[in-house]
Amino acid sequence: MSTATASTLSHGTATTLPPARKPRPLAEFLSTYVFSKDHKVIGLQFLFSTLLWFLIGGLLALAVRWQIAWPWSDVPVLGKLFAQQGGQMAPEFYTMLFTMHATVMIFLVIIPILAGAFGNFLIPLMIGADDMAFPTLNMLSYWFMWPAFFAFGASFFVEGGAASSGWTSYPPLSTNVASAPGSGWGQTLWLIGLTMVGVSSMLGSVNYMTTIILMRAPGMTMFRLPMTIWAMFITAILQAFALPVLTAAGFMQLSDRTIGTGFFSPEGNVVNNAIAGAGGGQPLLWQHLFWFYSHPAVYIMILPAMGMVSDILTTFARKPLFGYRPMVYSIAGIAGLGFIVWGHHMFMSGMNPALGVTFMVSTMMIALPSAVKTFNWLGTVWGGRIQFTTSMLFALSFVSMFIIGGLSGIFMAATPVDIFIHDTYFIVAHFHYVLFAGTAMGVWAAIYFWFPKMFGRTMNEFWGKVHFFLTFIFLNGTFFTMHILGAVGFPRRLADAYHYETFHHLQPLNAFMTWCAIGMVASQAIFAANFFWSMFFGPIAGRNPWNSNTLEWTAPSPPGHGNFDFQPVVHRGPYEYSVPGADKDHLMQTDPPNALATAAAAAAH
Amino acid sequence: MGSRLGGIFWSLIFLAVPVLGVATFAVAPSYNIWLPKDVSEHGSSIDSLFMFILALTGVVFIATEGLLFWFLWKYDAAKAKGPATYIHGSHTLEVVWTIIPAATLLFLAIYQMNTWADVKMRRPAMAPTVEVVARQFEWRLRYPGRDGMLGTRDDLFLTNDLHLPVDEDILVQLKSMDVLHSFFLPNLRIKQDAVPGMKIPVWFKAKETGQFDIVCAELCGWGHYKMKGRVTIESRADFDRWLEETYARQEATQPAPEDVVAPAAD
Repeated sequence: MSTATASTLSHGTATTLPPARKPRPLAEFLSTYVFSKDHKVIGLQFLFSTLLWFLIGGLLALAVRWQIAWPWSDVPVLGKLFAQQGGQMAPEFYTMLFTMHATVMIFLVIIPILAGAFGNFLIPLMIGADDMAFPTLNMLSYWFMWPAFFAFGASFFVEGGAASSGWTSYPPLSTNVASAPGSGWGQTLWLIGLTMVGVSSMLGSVNYMTTIILMRAPGMTMFRLPMTIWAMFITAILQAFALPVLTAAGFMQLSDRTIGTGFFSPEGNVVNNAIAGAGGGQPLLWQHLFWFYSHPAVYIMILPAMGMVSDILTTFARKPLFGYRPMVYSIAGIAGLGFIVWGHHMFMSGMNPALGVTFMVSTMMIALPSAVKTFNWLGTVWGGRIQFTTSMLFALSFVSMFIIGGLSGIFMAATPVDIFIHDTYFIVAHFHYVLFAGTAMGVWAAIYFWFPKMFGRTMNEFWGKVHFFLTFIFLNGTFFTMHILGAVGFPRRLADAYHYETFHHLQPLNAFMTWCAIGMVASQAIFAANFFWSMFFGPIAGRNPWNSNTLEWTAPSPPGHGNFDFQPVVHRGPYEYSVPGADKDHLMQTDPPNALATAAAAAAH
Repeated sequence: MGSRLGGIFWSLIFLAVPVLGVATFAVAPSYNIWLPKDVSEHGSSIDSLFMFILALTGVVFIATEGLLFWFLWKYDAAKAKGPATYIHGSHTLEVVWTIIPAATLLFLAIYQMNTWADVKMRRPAMAPTVEVVARQFEWRLRYPGRDGMLGTRDDLFLTNDLHLPVDEDILVQLKSMDVLHSFFLPNLRIKQDAVPGMKIPVWFKAKETGQFDIVCAELCGWGHYKMKGRVTIESRADFDRWLEETYARQEATQPAPEDVVAPAAD
């Protein structure tokens, strides 16, 4: 380890005050931990905020599951909190719950935890930069999340409750105030919150693109970037190009609600026996605009996890990534095709069925780069020397679960099959396999993997594995069964479906799934305890606890302000593990070119 | 790092995924947790496409998850001797696993087009059998009266109780009064969103008699869950008798006002 001795050097500029300056503890505290412009602090701010919202989103999901398993029975805890419901859940409360569960998970957890937390923390460290290109913009990208936190959070307490027209917010239900009890301030606050999340994402994207293009360390060519960075880079591009459409659509819906514009309301619409608005609009317009962003957003929610998992797999398989360039091209392919598949959310919407055919073909084709990625991950594991760390287990489960989520997508892409399974639990199974069993497992892999770099200590492996085991079992118990529920045609978003002859026998299966969901959420207590205990009492990690290759592992743990205590110079790609003839089983990107290793590397090509 | 026992344990956990996954699908039909009974003419082609994709993805699922298990078992650092294989990829393999899925997916895309066209694009040339107007939270039905035309004074109005003749082409004219709804007939393999401002044709042919559910499958507000209707598929004779009786009942209880002409449907 060439850089191990460097950890003893003094390097932090932020921690040592110049002697002439008068100490101002409050100002120092605020600028270091609150309004910090350091990408690592901002990353951790994103991490803590999103993990807190993850808990809230999970509890909302449990309340949803409670109603599906035991409709109209008294809800524990929540029933007392919302006493005016008399202990049992009102149907409008149920619609609000699933709307806000999805909203919180997508806009306040998955997108900001990937781009905000890991993007921020990892990009400068992995490319060998001292910080982001625009530190102030970076700080603002975090603080623009707070108006969103307040808007979404406050909406629970306004009259009529939070938004309840689904996370897709389809008009006229969302635009017409008379059409839903929760469509008062709750929906307006939802739109404001959404816009703020958009501003935050846009500020982040601009920064990530600039930083990755301009601030790479000497020798760090684009094709020496780790997959994490490639994924973050392409995600930032996707985000920057797709977001303006959602922002515009959000403002249109806001003006439909507040000043009566009617972009999405057709002529002669009657809601609750009253003429609703001036008309002249089209409800399908919203769906096109919304999915033009929100389908690429699906990839914004998975690509960074794919990148991080690739890096973790190579580290713990002690093997170069199989097919580096195909992996990069397939991410680019997913991003490119991602812009022309949004219509597959609208096969049943009344959109021209001939247009549906084109979207069906492009959707079928987007399965291809995902398949290529899966095969390359398998190729990476093949012939490796696998170390079953907690992080590796989560990364492997990402691959295993993504296979399920990817394959179930083919059912929905097939338009005739979609006629039956559209808006049923089959689709609920599909996106939970991609977003929870995929992305969330990838995020846990990343937390266990980079925790030592964030806090200088490693997390407890034993409890980490217990956490993995319970989460893995319970998540499959909850979500795999949704496939067969969907095969019956069990519709999503129904507060009680058992009065239908077709679905009346499905309550025991739903009760089983709810028990699994309760177990899944409860298992996270182990994670929380491990996380906070390890932050303060975990074993000291050192610079490179996993013997990994990328640049962040040459910096101190945790890195001080400015990240590196030397100028990193990159000599090779990020995945030189088990190089024949080398004196150790990994060659870090900064390790000076060694005649023996280079010769061996050249011979193997 | 780690013991061989750990490697065995975790490999088997990953083996459990395909084993239990396949078992779930194998057992579900015997608990009646499967595609509901299909009574439509086009439904069998949807169901067989579902089964075809299930078989295809099932093979890929078992193969990839099986390989993952096998690699974890075999290349456990506590078991395998010597260093990992130093390899950066294989051009041949990349080509193979790009071309084969691409061809399969393209085949699947083309293979299904005909079914889609039958259900959603090749509309039968006929007058609507019935107009269905979705509204929070009911299905308003309107049959053409004796004159066989929608939008005239002798139209028959009903809610939630749809009757249709068996073995005949049915054309439903689907509308919505207020918000989005979705006209979902699980047993007839029909689903179509109802969009305010649009008139969307839906057609099918039932091949068996019986009573089945009408479900709303697009979130339409707080009462979405109870927007329930029933469809009765019956013989032509039964259907005509029902139509006569219902029409007579309407005439008796709520005669059409002379000065109010229902707005034209077309």
